[in-house]
Amino acid sequence: MDAERFPPDAPPALELEKVVKSFGPVVALRSGTLTLRQGSIHALIGENGAGKSTLVKIIAGLYRRDAGEFRLRGEPVDFTSTAQSKAAGIAVIYQEPTLFPDLSVTENIFMGRQLTKRFGQIDRKAMREEARAIFARLGVRLDPDRLTEGLSIADQQIIEIAKAISLDARVLIMDEPTAALSGVEVDRLFAVARSLRDEGRALLFISHRFDEVFALCDTVTVMRDGSYISTTPIAETTIEELVRQMVGRDVADLFPKLEAEIGEEILTVQGLTRAGLFSDISFSVRSGEILGLAGLVGAGRSEVVRAVFGVDPYDSGTVRLEGRPLPKGDPRTAMRRGLALVPEDRRKQGLVLDSSVARNITLAIRSGLTRAGLLTTGAENRSAQVWASRLEVKTAFLDAEAGTLSGGNQQKVVLGKWLATEPKVLIVDEPTRGIDVGTKSEVHRLLSELAQRGLAIIMISSELPEVLGMADRVLVMREGRITGEFDRGAATPEAVMFAATHEPEPVR
Amino acid sequence: MSETAVSAGARPARTYRDHAHPLWRRILVNREAAVIALLLIVIGVSLASVPNFDSPLTVTFLLRELAPILLIALPMTLIIITEEIDLSVASVVGLTSVVTGILTQAGWPFPVAALVAILVGAVAGTFNGFLVTVVGLPSLAVTIGTLALFRGIAVGLLGTTAITDFPEFWTDLARENIPGTPIPGVMIVFAVLAIAFAVLLHLTPFGRSLYAIGLNKEAAAFSGVAVGRAKFILFVLSGAVSGLAGVYFTLIYSNARGDNATGLELSVIAAVLLGGVSIFGGRGAIHGVIAGVLLIGTLGSALRLAGVTSDVINVITGVLLVLSVVSTSFLGWARNRRLAALGRRRNREGRAP
Repeated sequence: MDAERFPPDAPPALELEKVVKSFGPVVALRSGTLTLRQGSIHALIGENGAGKSTLVKIIAGLYRRDAGEFRLRGEPVDFTSTAQSKAAGIAVIYQEPTLFPDLSVTENIFMGRQLTKRFGQIDRKAMREEARAIFARLGVRLDPDRLTEGLSIADQQIIEIAKAISLDARVLIMDEPTAALSGVEVDRLFAVARSLRDEGRALLFISHRFDEVFALCDTVTVMRDGSYISTTPIAETTIEELVRQMVGRDVADLFPKLEAEIGEEILTVQGLTRAGLFSDISFSVRSGEILGLAGLVGAGRSEVVRAVFGVDPYDSGTVRLEGRPLPKGDPRTAMRRGLALVPEDRRKQGLVLDSSVARNITLAIRSGLTRAGLLTTGAENRSAQVWASRLEVKTAFLDAEAGTLSGGNQQKVVLGKWLATEPKVLIVDEPTRGIDVGTKSEVHRLLSELAQRGLAIIMISSELPEVLGMADRVLVMREGRITGEFDRGAATPEAVMFAATHEPEPVR
Repeated sequence: MSETAVSAGARPARTYRDHAHPLWRRILVNREAAVIALLLIVIGVSLASVPNFDSPLTVTFLLRELAPILLIALPMTLIIITEEIDLSVASVVGLTSVVTGILTQAGWPFPVAALVAILVGAVAGTFNGFLVTVVGLPSLAVTIGTLALFRGIAVGLLGTTAITDFPEFWTDLARENIPGTPIPGVMIVFAVLAIAFAVLLHLTPFGRSLYAIGLNKEAAAFSGVAVGRAKFILFVLSGAVSGLAGVYFTLIYSNARGDNATGLELSVIAAVLLGGVSIFGGRGAIHGVIAGVLLIGTLGSALRLAGVTSDVINVITGVLLVLSVVSTSFLGWARNRRLAALGRRRNREGRAP
């Protein structure tokens, strides 16, 4: 950072103060505060559900804030569309860029504002030259004429950055840009980020990885449960301090792992393959065991469990439950035989948001609640009563619509729905994504207790501490393949991260 | 934090009230109740002010005319609740009417001809269901296509002629009233079917799955609901009931023609929507739909008796439909505002809800 060129008394490039955003009864952002300065790389950290994404979406003009201040270079702004935010010089680079795969790199960079010649014809030459110039400035080698299709996510991000530069964006937001990158690609991205900083732009870097935050950023803001917690120069803080601020308690409390007796093998998956998504996936899980499935977002973990459960098809391989094969693409049979899947996307796949809590809890077991073939609201309510109270769902009424509950309580409803089926194998996909810290720990305790009582649990999680804290055994996936398997003792963050980001060793 | 008790036989951590609102509110404050209230008002006002509205003949003719709409509205309700639609129902009425006529003319016993016609309706519904659930095409497009297709076959089979010779026993039976009342006998058939459909929709696991499909197809599939199979069954039912309506239509007018019941699908859908079924799926009830059909029918009949011309009646019915759609959106908007206010209050109290 160059303090002389960018004096601290100049108005900050971007300022948010006590910004509030709620969706219906769910408050996503309680009090968002953030100050970005020119020529600085600012880190924003916080657990999933801390409100980071909501904050970014407000900056990007995707959401409109309910209350609070939003200033750009000292001027109050109020974006009602992403176009306004872009026009004001803000660029957001998402984890997974959305480009047009059938268009060239250059066309993607200039999408929607192509350079033209005198009579309005598109000036391909000028655009190509500018693209080349930007790439040269960033020090990356990319052919401006090639199609975007087939480019790695890292290269796609570079295109997004090039787009931002060609727009002369003064504020760049990078939302977990490194989540799917390899080490070399991360280094290149960091070099680009530093050169942008030196040009006097303000950068916001959102990441879950502390090493990257410490390597790249100069200031860090912590958020928790939708609220601003602190902003500190990076040199004046430590990982331990940041973690404490993020979780608001000691980490040990978060993962109440109980000793469970590990018994018979219940679910066995052999050579499961689906072209383009995953291949040759083999694993098994025993009763009482929590099997963690780690990996980066997009590694194919959710796709595998969906295929195992039967909501998605697969090309080859076998799934056996208690020794007997499970038919392909038949979730009903899987359910009946004792398999349960708490899906990744709670709002889209887990719940019928407009339906009542009771109906949601009993949806999967509705056929078992009939008398003489008839299903009454009374029978549903009696069953829902049991499961809602066991999971301590916070709602006053069983006929409240599931969508009116908070994220954590919605997740409890989904868990209740599946526990009601009395499964032998429970698959949970990102069970604590976007839920508050208190509920999170309740969910962890619940999973631990279930394992103790002999349930086999497969847990997908992108939060490494969660996997390491909960799992008896960790499988790591990368690009559709299993690249590592670790017992609880051997599963260190380094080993798991390495397997998640590197080709497997040739001899293993 | 309290201890989470998920162990077997644990004390209940808390109990929940089943409902947020008392029984009378749940029964009286909903769309179905509003439609029924409106129907009662229209009947009351008509009885008081429209001459001849209270004559038994008015009731008989009104219900006779409404019977096909009432019948087809039953499966249509279930289909729209799953967020699909069947526009081909009136064409199936036409087709099955023609089939009934041709087979009767060919000397088949009438009951057999009628059964075959209902079967043809079911096959037509199977074709719709196949295209929607197996091939995966949108039902709107599929049934616009089969609307033309089935009508085309119907007209093609019989040309522009009509078959008007049917066994008197059966035509008389169709026109018979329930003894001692002005209510047509076909209403018994309707009542049986209405109860069957109401039980199916409101009191079975299958019915629950229909609502789940309409509100969130993906979550339903993740919960083990056979989404395709459920929709397939509904399209077959819709075809079969339309076939039954076709047979009835033929008898009541002693007339089998290819263009019978043209445009009836819109009357059915209009009544279903007026009766409180959401076009976006997931909401609606059989009793509301029955009230919706009766409301449109009664209003039209009363206005006709009062000497209002049919174009004005159409305008009034149209306005009523638009208002019903607007009122739904308005209620949804009001509800969202209330929930947002609740969220803000919780936020001020500074705790997670």
